[in-house]
Amino acid sequence: MNPILLTPLDISIAASLIVLDAVLSILLKIRLHWQIAIAAARMVVQLVAIGFVLRFIFSLNNPAATLVLVLIMVLVAAREVAARPERRFKGHSNLLIGFVSVGFATSVTSVLALTTAIRPQPWFDPHYAIPLAGIILGSVLNSASLSLDSFLGSVRRERQAMEARLSLGDSYRNAIGPLVREAIRRGLLPIINQMSAAGVVTLPGIMTGQILAGLDPLEAVKYQILLMFLLSGGSGLSALAASYLAAWHLTDERERLRLERLE
Amino acid sequence: MQIGPTEIRGQRRRVHASCILSAVHSQWLRKTRGPSNRVAQHRWRRGKGSMKNALVVKELRSEFAGPFELNLAAGACVAITGPSGSGKSLFLRMIADLDPNQGKVWLNGIERDSLAAPEWRKRATYVAAESGWWADTVIEHFAANKRNEVAALATRLGLHADLLDASIARLSTGEKQRLSLLRALLPSPLVLLLDEPTGPLDEESVVRVEALLRERMATGTSIVLVTHDSKQAERLADQRYRMVAGQLELP
Repeated sequence: MNPILLTPLDISIAASLIVLDAVLSILLKIRLHWQIAIAAARMVVQLVAIGFVLRFIFSLNNPAATLVLVLIMVLVAAREVAARPERRFKGHSNLLIGFVSVGFATSVTSVLALTTAIRPQPWFDPHYAIPLAGIILGSVLNSASLSLDSFLGSVRRERQAMEARLSLGDSYRNAIGPLVREAIRRGLLPIINQMSAAGVVTLPGIMTGQILAGLDPLEAVKYQILLMFLLSGGSGLSALAASYLAAWHLTDERERLRLERLE
Repeated sequence: MQIGPTEIRGQRRRVHASCILSAVHSQWLRKTRGPSNRVAQHRWRRGKGSMKNALVVKELRSEFAGPFELNLAAGACVAITGPSGSGKSLFLRMIADLDPNQGKVWLNGIERDSLAAPEWRKRATYVAAESGWWADTVIEHFAANKRNEVAALATRLGLHADLLDASIARLSTGEKQRLSLLRALLPSPLVLLLDEPTGPLDEESVVRVEALLRERMATGTSIVLVTHDSKQAERLADQRYRMVAGQLELP
Protein backbone atom coordinates (compact mmCIF):
# COMPACT_ATOMS: atom_id res chain seq x y z
CA MET A 1 0.00 0.00 0.00
CA ASN A 2 1.46 3.35 -1.03
CA PRO A 3 1.23 6.47 1.12
CA ILE A 4 -1.31 9.04 -0.09
CA LEU A 5 0.72 12.06 -1.13
CA LEU A 6 -0.69 15.48 -0.28
CA THR A 7 -0.95 18.25 -2.86
CA PRO A 8 -0.55 21.96 -1.97
CA LEU A 9 -4.30 22.36 -2.57
CA ASP A 10 -5.12 19.71 0.08
CA ILE A 11 -3.05 21.67 2.57
CA SER A 12 -4.53 25.04 1.73
CA ILE A 13 -8.04 23.69 2.43
CA ALA A 14 -6.85 22.72 5.92
CA ALA A 15 -5.25 26.15 6.26
CA SER A 16 -8.72 27.70 6.07
CA LEU A 17 -9.18 26.41 9.65
CA ILE A 18 -6.39 28.71 10.79
CA VAL A 19 -8.17 31.58 9.04
CA LEU A 20 -11.32 30.58 10.91
CA ASP A 21 -9.39 30.79 14.21
CA ALA A 22 -8.14 34.25 13.29
CA VAL A 23 -11.62 35.45 12.29
CA LEU A 24 -13.03 34.16 15.58
CA SER A 25 -10.31 35.98 17.44
CA ILE A 26 -11.20 39.24 15.73
CA LEU A 27 -14.95 38.81 16.18
CA LEU A 28 -14.74 37.80 19.84
CA LYS A 29 -11.99 40.35 20.60
CA ILE A 30 -9.64 37.68 21.93
CA ARG A 31 -6.82 39.64 20.33
CA LEU A 32 -4.88 36.56 19.37
CA HIS A 33 -5.17 36.81 15.59
CA TRP A 34 -1.70 38.23 15.11
CA GLN A 35 -0.17 35.58 17.31
CA ILE A 36 -2.11 32.85 15.49
CA ALA A 37 -0.96 34.18 12.12
CA ILE A 38 2.66 34.48 13.19
CA ALA A 39 2.72 31.06 14.83
CA ALA A 40 1.16 29.40 11.81
CA ALA A 41 3.58 31.13 9.45
CA ARG A 42 6.54 30.19 11.65
CA MET A 43 5.39 26.60 11.77
CA VAL A 44 5.11 26.37 7.98
CA VAL A 45 8.48 28.04 7.36
CA GLN A 46 10.28 25.97 9.99
CA LEU A 47 8.86 22.67 8.80
CA VAL A 48 9.51 23.34 5.13
CA ALA A 49 13.04 24.41 6.00
CA ILE A 50 13.73 21.28 8.03
CA GLY A 51 12.26 19.24 5.16
CA PHE A 52 14.84 20.70 2.82
CA VAL A 53 17.61 20.29 5.39
CA LEU A 54 16.71 16.63 5.89
CA ARG A 55 16.55 16.01 2.16
CA PHE A 56 19.99 17.62 1.84
CA ILE A 57 21.52 15.62 4.71
CA PHE A 58 20.00 12.37 3.43
CA SER A 59 21.52 13.02 0.01
CA LEU A 60 24.95 13.71 1.57
CA ASN A 61 24.78 10.46 3.52
CA ASN A 62 27.81 11.61 5.50
CA PRO A 63 28.11 10.62 9.21
CA ALA A 64 29.79 13.95 10.09
CA ALA A 65 26.89 15.93 8.61
CA THR A 66 24.39 13.76 10.51
CA LEU A 67 26.30 14.34 13.74
CA VAL A 68 26.39 18.11 13.18
CA LEU A 69 22.64 18.25 12.65
CA VAL A 70 21.97 16.13 15.77
CA LEU A 71 24.32 18.35 17.77
CA ILE A 72 22.47 21.47 16.65
CA MET A 73 19.17 19.87 17.68
CA VAL A 74 20.65 18.98 21.10
CA LEU A 75 21.89 22.56 21.54
CA VAL A 76 18.48 24.02 20.76
CA ALA A 77 16.92 21.56 23.23
CA ALA A 78 19.53 22.48 25.86
CA ARG A 79 18.62 26.13 25.44
CA GLU A 80 14.96 25.28 26.02
CA VAL A 81 15.85 23.31 29.18
CA ALA A 82 17.94 26.21 30.43
CA ALA A 83 15.34 28.89 29.72
CA ARG A 84 12.19 27.23 31.07
CA PRO A 85 12.80 27.06 34.85
CA GLU A 86 11.68 30.12 36.79
CA ARG A 87 14.86 30.04 38.91
CA ARG A 88 18.18 29.89 37.14
CA PHE A 89 21.84 29.53 37.88
CA LYS A 90 24.08 32.52 37.33
CA GLY A 91 26.23 32.41 34.21
CA HIS A 92 25.96 29.56 31.74
CA SER A 93 25.48 26.70 34.18
CA ASN A 94 21.82 26.19 33.23
CA LEU A 95 22.79 25.77 29.59
CA LEU A 96 25.61 23.42 30.47
CA ILE A 97 23.39 21.27 32.68
CA GLY A 98 20.76 21.23 29.92
CA PHE A 99 23.29 20.28 27.26
CA VAL A 100 24.93 17.50 29.27
CA SER A 101 21.69 15.91 30.50
CA VAL A 102 19.87 16.14 27.14
CA GLY A 103 22.92 15.08 25.11
CA PHE A 104 23.73 12.18 27.40
CA ALA A 105 20.17 10.79 27.57
CA THR A 106 19.53 11.22 23.84
CA SER A 107 22.78 9.68 22.66
CA VAL A 108 22.57 6.68 24.98
CA THR A 109 18.97 5.81 24.06
CA SER A 110 19.23 6.48 20.32
CA VAL A 111 22.49 4.58 19.90
CA LEU A 112 21.01 1.68 21.84
CA ALA A 113 17.90 1.62 19.63
CA LEU A 114 19.86 2.00 16.38
CA THR A 115 22.37 -0.73 17.16
CA THR A 116 20.06 -3.32 18.77
CA ALA A 117 16.43 -2.82 17.69
CA ILE A 118 16.09 -0.89 14.44
CA ARG A 119 19.51 -1.90 13.04
CA PRO A 120 19.72 0.08 9.76
CA GLN A 121 22.86 -0.43 7.63
CA PRO A 122 24.99 1.39 8.67
CA TRP A 123 23.53 2.07 12.11
CA PHE A 124 24.05 5.85 11.73
CA ASP A 125 22.02 6.01 8.49
CA PRO A 126 20.51 9.55 8.66
CA HIS A 127 17.07 8.30 7.51
CA TYR A 128 16.75 6.59 10.89
CA ALA A 129 19.21 8.37 13.17
CA ILE A 130 17.83 11.90 12.74
CA PRO A 131 14.08 11.28 13.17
CA LEU A 132 14.77 8.96 16.09
CA ALA A 133 17.03 11.48 17.82
CA GLY A 134 14.37 14.13 17.21
CA ILE A 135 11.56 12.14 18.85
CA ILE A 136 13.73 11.21 21.82
CA LEU A 137 14.93 14.79 22.19
CA GLY A 138 11.38 16.09 22.56
CA SER A 139 10.65 13.80 25.48
CA VAL A 140 14.07 14.17 27.06
CA LEU A 141 13.84 17.96 26.87
CA ASN A 142 10.52 17.91 28.65
CA SER A 143 11.79 15.71 31.49
CA ALA A 144 15.03 17.59 31.98
CA SER A 145 13.33 20.98 32.13
CA LEU A 146 10.60 19.76 34.50
CA SER A 147 13.20 18.22 36.81
CA LEU A 148 15.40 21.28 36.77
CA ASP A 149 12.43 23.56 37.39
CA SER A 150 11.22 21.41 40.28
CA PHE A 151 14.67 21.19 41.86
CA LEU A 152 15.57 24.86 41.60
CA GLY A 153 12.16 25.92 42.88
CA SER A 154 12.13 23.57 45.87
CA VAL A 155 15.71 24.18 46.92
CA ARG A 156 14.96 27.83 47.50
CA ARG A 157 11.70 27.05 49.28
CA GLU A 158 13.35 24.43 51.49
CA ARG A 159 16.45 26.43 52.28
CA GLN A 160 15.88 26.58 56.04
CA ALA A 161 15.20 22.87 56.28
CA MET A 162 18.33 22.06 54.24
CA GLU A 163 20.50 24.31 56.35
CA ALA A 164 19.04 22.93 59.58
CA ARG A 165 20.10 19.44 58.47
CA LEU A 166 23.56 20.62 57.45
CA SER A 167 23.98 22.48 60.75
CA LEU A 168 23.19 19.31 62.67
CA GLY A 169 25.97 17.49 60.85
CA ASP A 170 23.99 15.77 58.13
CA SER A 171 25.82 15.34 54.82
CA TYR A 172 24.80 17.45 51.83
CA ARG A 173 23.87 14.26 50.03
CA ASN A 174 21.37 13.34 52.74
CA ALA A 175 20.02 16.84 53.08
CA ILE A 176 19.40 17.36 49.38
CA GLY A 177 18.23 13.77 48.71
CA PRO A 178 14.48 14.33 49.08
CA LEU A 179 14.57 17.32 46.69
CA VAL A 180 16.51 15.37 44.07
CA ARG A 181 14.10 12.45 44.32
CA GLU A 182 11.11 14.78 43.98
CA ALA A 183 12.70 16.45 40.95
CA ILE A 184 13.31 13.11 39.22
CA ARG A 185 9.72 12.09 39.97
CA ARG A 186 8.43 15.29 38.38
CA GLY A 187 10.51 14.64 35.27
CA LEU A 188 9.17 11.11 34.90
CA LEU A 189 5.46 11.86 35.37
CA PRO A 190 4.69 12.98 31.77
CA ILE A 191 6.09 9.84 30.18
CA ILE A 192 4.27 7.63 32.71
CA ASN A 193 1.03 9.44 31.88
CA GLN A 194 1.76 9.13 28.19
CA MET A 195 2.30 5.38 28.49
CA SER A 196 -0.85 4.87 30.57
CA ALA A 197 -2.98 6.86 28.15
CA ALA A 198 -1.48 5.39 24.96
CA GLY A 199 -4.05 3.57 22.88
CA VAL A 200 -6.92 4.33 25.28
CA VAL A 201 -7.13 8.09 25.51
CA THR A 202 -4.69 8.97 22.71
CA LEU A 203 -3.41 7.34 19.56
CA PRO A 204 0.26 8.26 19.71
CA GLY A 205 1.66 10.36 16.86
CA ILE A 206 4.18 7.93 15.42
CA MET A 207 1.68 5.10 15.24
CA THR A 208 -0.97 7.34 13.69
CA GLY A 209 1.56 8.63 11.18
CA GLN A 210 2.60 5.18 10.14
CA ILE A 211 -0.97 3.95 9.79
CA LEU A 212 -1.80 7.05 7.72
CA ALA A 213 1.26 6.26 5.60
CA GLY A 214 -0.19 2.82 4.92
CA LEU A 215 1.57 0.51 7.41
CA ASP A 216 -0.24 -2.40 9.02
CA PRO A 217 -1.61 -1.30 12.45
CA LEU A 218 0.18 -4.08 14.35
CA GLU A 219 3.52 -3.19 12.78
CA ALA A 220 2.87 0.45 13.66
CA VAL A 221 2.02 -0.58 17.23
CA LYS A 222 5.31 -2.44 17.57
CA TYR A 223 7.19 0.68 16.55
CA GLN A 224 5.21 2.73 19.01
CA ILE A 225 5.95 0.32 21.87
CA LEU A 226 9.64 0.41 21.08
CA LEU A 227 9.51 4.20 21.04
CA MET A 228 7.67 4.42 24.35
CA PHE A 229 10.39 2.32 25.98
CA LEU A 230 13.07 4.51 24.45
CA LEU A 231 11.28 7.67 25.55
CA SER A 232 10.84 6.48 29.13
CA GLY A 233 14.49 5.44 29.30
CA GLY A 234 15.60 8.77 27.88
CA SER A 235 13.31 10.69 30.25
CA GLY A 236 14.67 8.82 33.25
CA LEU A 237 18.28 9.41 32.27
CA SER A 238 17.79 13.09 31.55
CA ALA A 239 15.75 13.73 34.72
CA LEU A 240 18.44 11.96 36.74
CA ALA A 241 21.30 13.81 35.09
CA ALA A 242 19.65 17.24 35.29
CA SER A 243 18.70 16.83 38.98
CA TYR A 244 22.04 15.48 40.13
CA LEU A 245 24.05 17.99 38.13
CA ALA A 246 22.00 20.86 39.57
CA ALA A 247 22.34 19.48 43.12
CA TRP A 248 26.06 19.03 42.66
CA HIS A 249 26.44 22.55 41.33
CA LEU A 250 24.78 23.99 44.45
CA THR A 251 27.40 22.72 46.87
CA ASP A 252 31.16 22.82 47.38
CA GLU A 253 33.93 20.81 49.01
CA ARG A 254 32.76 21.86 52.52
CA GLU A 255 29.22 20.59 51.86
CA ARG A 256 27.63 24.03 52.03
CA LEU A 257 24.40 25.04 50.33
CA ARG A 258 25.57 27.67 47.82
CA LEU A 259 22.28 29.38 46.97
CA GLU A 260 24.12 32.52 45.88
CA ARG A 261 24.93 30.60 42.70
CA LEU A 262 21.28 31.08 41.72
CA GLU A 263 20.08 34.30 40.18
CA MET B 1 72.80 -7.44 110.44
CA GLN B 2 74.16 -4.13 109.51
CA ILE B 3 72.18 -1.63 107.59
CA GLY B 4 74.46 0.12 105.14
CA PRO B 5 74.18 3.83 104.60
CA THR B 6 73.86 3.39 100.87
CA GLU B 7 70.70 1.35 101.28
CA ILE B 8 69.09 3.98 103.51
CA ARG B 9 70.07 6.67 101.12
CA GLY B 10 68.65 4.69 98.24
CA GLN B 11 65.33 4.24 100.01
CA ARG B 12 65.16 7.92 100.79
CA ARG B 13 65.89 8.81 97.28
CA ARG B 14 63.12 6.56 96.08
CA VAL B 15 60.59 8.13 98.44
CA HIS B 16 61.73 11.52 97.38
CA ALA B 17 61.30 10.73 93.68
CA SER B 18 57.78 9.40 94.08
CA CYS B 19 56.86 12.49 96.11
CA ILE B 20 57.98 14.73 93.29
CA LEU B 21 56.17 12.55 90.79
CA SER B 22 52.86 12.73 92.64
CA ALA B 23 53.17 16.46 93.14
CA VAL B 24 53.87 16.97 89.46
CA HIS B 25 50.97 14.71 88.58
CA SER B 26 48.45 16.54 90.75
CA GLN B 27 49.70 19.85 89.46
CA TRP B 28 49.24 18.59 85.92
CA LEU B 29 45.76 17.33 86.75
CA ARG B 30 44.79 20.72 88.16
CA LYS B 31 46.16 22.43 85.09
CA THR B 32 44.37 20.28 82.57
CA ARG B 33 41.18 19.21 84.29
CA GLY B 34 40.76 21.91 86.94
CA PRO B 35 40.11 21.46 90.64
CA SER B 36 38.11 18.42 91.71
CA ASN B 37 35.51 20.50 93.57
CA ARG B 38 32.55 21.26 91.23
CA VAL B 39 32.02 24.93 92.05
CA ALA B 40 35.73 25.61 91.98
CA GLN B 41 35.92 23.76 88.70
CA HIS B 42 33.25 25.97 87.20
CA ARG B 43 35.08 29.10 88.32
CA TRP B 44 38.33 27.68 86.96
CA ARG B 45 36.82 27.01 83.59
CA ARG B 46 35.48 30.52 83.32
CA GLY B 47 38.60 32.23 84.66
CA LYS B 48 41.33 30.30 82.98
CA GLY B 49 40.08 30.91 79.46
CA SER B 50 43.53 31.51 78.11
CA MET B 51 44.78 28.17 79.40
CA LYS B 52 42.18 25.96 77.84
CA ASN B 53 40.38 27.46 74.90
CA ALA B 54 37.71 25.25 73.48
CA LEU B 55 37.06 27.52 70.52
CA VAL B 56 39.75 29.64 68.90
CA VAL B 57 38.95 31.84 65.89
CA LYS B 58 41.75 33.57 63.98
CA GLU B 59 41.35 36.02 61.11
CA LEU B 60 37.99 34.60 60.15
CA ARG B 61 36.55 36.67 57.34
CA SER B 62 34.35 36.63 54.26
CA GLU B 63 33.57 39.24 51.66
CA PHE B 64 30.77 40.55 53.91
CA ALA B 65 32.25 40.56 57.43
CA GLY B 66 35.37 40.20 59.54
CA PRO B 67 38.18 39.64 60.19
CA PHE B 68 37.18 38.15 63.54
CA GLU B 69 39.27 36.95 66.48
CA LEU B 70 37.74 34.97 69.33
CA ASN B 71 38.98 32.84 72.24
CA LEU B 72 36.35 30.94 74.16
CA ALA B 73 37.03 28.59 77.07
CA ALA B 74 35.23 25.30 77.54
CA GLY B 75 31.99 25.97 79.40
CA ALA B 76 32.14 29.71 78.75
CA CYS B 77 29.66 31.92 76.91
CA VAL B 78 30.33 34.89 74.67
CA ALA B 79 27.39 37.13 73.85
CA ILE B 80 27.21 39.27 70.74
CA THR B 81 24.72 42.10 70.44
CA GLY B 82 24.35 44.70 67.73
CA PRO B 83 21.95 46.09 65.15
CA SER B 84 20.22 43.92 62.56
CA GLY B 85 22.27 43.31 59.46
CA SER B 86 25.58 43.99 61.23
CA GLY B 87 26.86 40.47 60.56
CA LYS B 88 26.03 38.61 63.79
CA SER B 89 24.38 35.66 62.06
CA LEU B 90 27.07 35.69 59.36
CA PHE B 91 29.70 35.29 62.08
CA LEU B 92 27.96 32.23 63.53
CA ARG B 93 27.44 30.76 60.06
CA MET B 94 31.11 31.28 59.24
CA ILE B 95 32.21 29.43 62.39
CA ALA B 96 29.87 26.57 61.44
CA ASP B 97 31.33 26.69 57.91
CA LEU B 98 27.90 27.18 56.35
CA ASP B 99 29.02 30.15 54.24
CA PRO B 100 32.26 30.53 52.27
CA ASN B 101 34.97 32.04 54.48
CA GLN B 102 38.71 32.28 55.02
CA GLY B 103 40.67 32.02 58.25
CA LYS B 104 41.29 29.40 60.88
CA VAL B 105 39.11 27.90 63.58
CA TRP B 106 40.17 25.34 66.19
CA LEU B 107 38.06 23.34 68.57
CA ASN B 108 39.93 21.72 71.48
CA GLY B 109 43.11 22.02 69.46
CA ILE B 110 41.66 20.36 66.35
CA GLU B 111 41.70 22.53 63.25
CA ARG B 112 38.47 22.88 61.36
CA ASP B 113 39.91 22.03 57.95
CA SER B 114 41.27 18.71 59.22
CA LEU B 115 37.70 17.48 59.74
CA ALA B 116 35.03 16.75 57.15
CA ALA B 117 32.43 19.53 57.21
CA PRO B 118 29.59 17.39 58.70
CA GLU B 119 31.92 16.20 61.48
CA TRP B 120 32.83 19.78 62.25
CA ARG B 121 29.18 20.87 62.35
CA LYS B 122 28.38 18.06 64.78
CA ARG B 123 30.94 19.61 67.13
CA ALA B 124 30.09 23.27 66.51
CA THR B 125 26.35 23.31 65.93
CA TYR B 126 24.54 26.36 64.58
CA VAL B 127 20.93 26.96 65.61
CA ALA B 128 19.31 29.45 63.23
CA ALA B 129 16.97 32.22 64.35
CA GLU B 130 14.28 30.73 62.13
CA SER B 131 14.12 26.99 62.57
CA GLY B 132 14.01 24.63 59.60
CA TRP B 133 12.06 21.36 59.40
CA TRP B 134 12.18 18.65 56.78
CA ALA B 135 9.72 15.97 57.90
CA ASP B 136 6.01 16.09 58.80
CA THR B 137 6.00 15.48 62.55
CA VAL B 138 8.26 16.72 65.34
CA ILE B 139 9.63 13.35 66.47
CA GLU B 140 10.84 12.46 62.97
CA HIS B 141 13.48 15.16 63.37
CA PHE B 142 15.13 13.33 66.27
CA ALA B 143 17.08 10.09 66.42
CA ALA B 144 14.59 7.22 66.79
CA ASN B 145 16.00 5.92 70.10
CA LYS B 146 16.03 9.33 71.81
CA ARG B 147 12.30 9.72 72.40
CA ASN B 148 12.47 9.65 76.22
CA GLU B 149 15.32 12.12 76.37
CA VAL B 150 13.53 14.46 73.97
CA ALA B 151 10.34 14.23 76.03
CA ALA B 152 12.21 14.94 79.29
CA LEU B 153 14.00 17.97 77.87
CA ALA B 154 10.85 19.24 76.17
CA THR B 155 9.00 19.16 79.49
CA ARG B 156 11.82 21.14 81.07
CA LEU B 157 11.39 23.83 78.42
CA GLY B 158 7.66 24.01 79.14
CA LEU B 159 6.59 22.01 76.10
CA HIS B 160 3.89 19.38 76.37
CA ALA B 161 5.09 15.84 75.60
CA ASP B 162 2.14 15.44 73.17
CA LEU B 163 3.85 17.94 70.89
CA LEU B 164 6.36 15.28 69.82
CA ASP B 165 3.75 13.62 67.61
CA ALA B 166 2.23 16.86 66.37
CA SER B 167 2.70 17.98 62.79
CA ILE B 168 5.20 20.78 62.26
CA ALA B 169 2.57 22.93 60.56
CA ARG B 170 0.58 23.12 63.82
CA LEU B 171 3.45 24.45 65.99
CA SER B 172 3.84 28.06 67.06
CA THR B 173 7.06 29.93 66.33
CA GLY B 174 8.09 29.73 69.98
CA GLU B 175 7.48 25.98 70.14
CA LYS B 176 9.52 25.44 66.99
CA GLN B 177 12.30 27.61 68.38
CA ARG B 178 12.59 25.59 71.59
CA LEU B 179 12.38 22.27 69.75
CA SER B 180 15.10 23.30 67.32
CA LEU B 181 17.29 24.17 70.31
CA LEU B 182 16.63 20.72 71.79
CA ARG B 183 17.42 19.11 68.48
CA ALA B 184 20.85 20.76 68.54
CA LEU B 185 21.47 20.14 72.27
CA LEU B 186 20.70 16.46 72.28
CA PRO B 187 23.89 15.13 70.64
CA SER B 188 25.90 17.35 73.08
CA PRO B 189 28.03 19.40 70.70
CA LEU B 190 31.17 21.03 72.13
CA VAL B 191 30.08 24.48 70.98
CA LEU B 192 26.58 25.84 70.45
CA LEU B 193 26.23 28.74 68.02
CA LEU B 194 22.88 30.21 69.03
CA ASP B 195 21.19 32.85 66.89
CA GLU B 196 18.48 34.61 68.94
CA PRO B 197 17.49 31.42 70.78
CA THR B 198 14.86 33.18 72.89
CA GLY B 199 13.71 35.78 70.36
CA PRO B 200 10.06 34.70 70.07
CA LEU B 201 9.69 33.32 73.63
CA ASP B 202 7.67 34.53 76.63
CA GLU B 203 9.43 35.40 79.89
CA GLU B 204 8.85 32.07 81.60
CA SER B 205 10.22 30.11 78.65
CA VAL B 206 13.25 32.39 78.52
CA VAL B 207 14.02 31.52 82.15
CA ARG B 208 13.69 27.80 81.38
CA VAL B 209 15.90 27.99 78.28
CA GLU B 210 18.57 29.95 80.14
CA ALA B 211 18.58 27.42 83.00
CA LEU B 212 19.14 24.59 80.53
CA LEU B 213 21.92 26.50 78.78
CA ARG B 214 23.65 27.22 82.14
CA GLU B 215 23.49 23.53 82.96
CA ARG B 216 25.17 22.68 79.65
CA MET B 217 27.84 25.29 80.27
CA ALA B 218 28.58 23.72 83.66
CA THR B 219 29.30 20.43 81.91
CA GLY B 220 31.69 22.09 79.48
CA THR B 221 29.60 23.18 76.49
CA SER B 222 30.74 26.56 75.15
CA ILE B 223 28.19 28.97 73.72
CA VAL B 224 28.41 31.77 71.20
CA LEU B 225 25.18 33.64 71.75
CA VAL B 226 23.72 36.23 69.40
CA THR B 227 20.99 38.18 71.17
CA HIS B 228 19.11 41.46 71.01
CA ASP B 229 18.49 41.28 74.76
CA SER B 230 21.41 42.96 76.52
CA LYS B 231 20.07 41.78 79.90
CA GLN B 232 20.27 38.20 78.66
CA ALA B 233 23.84 38.85 77.54
CA GLU B 234 24.62 40.11 81.07
CA ARG B 235 22.98 37.07 82.68
CA LEU B 236 24.72 34.40 80.61
CA ALA B 237 27.94 35.71 79.16
CA ASP B 238 31.53 35.72 80.40
CA GLN B 239 32.62 37.87 77.46
CA ARG B 240 30.57 40.43 75.59
CA TYR B 241 30.99 42.00 72.19
CA ARG B 242 29.05 44.32 69.99
CA MET B 243 28.88 43.71 66.25
CA VAL B 244 29.10 46.91 64.24
CA ALA B 245 29.29 46.80 60.44
CA GLY B 246 30.89 43.36 60.33
CA GLN B 247 33.40 44.00 63.14
CA LEU B 248 33.42 42.82 66.76
CA GLU B 249 33.84 45.68 69.24
CA LEU B 250 33.96 45.74 73.02
CA PRO B 251 30.65 47.14 74.30
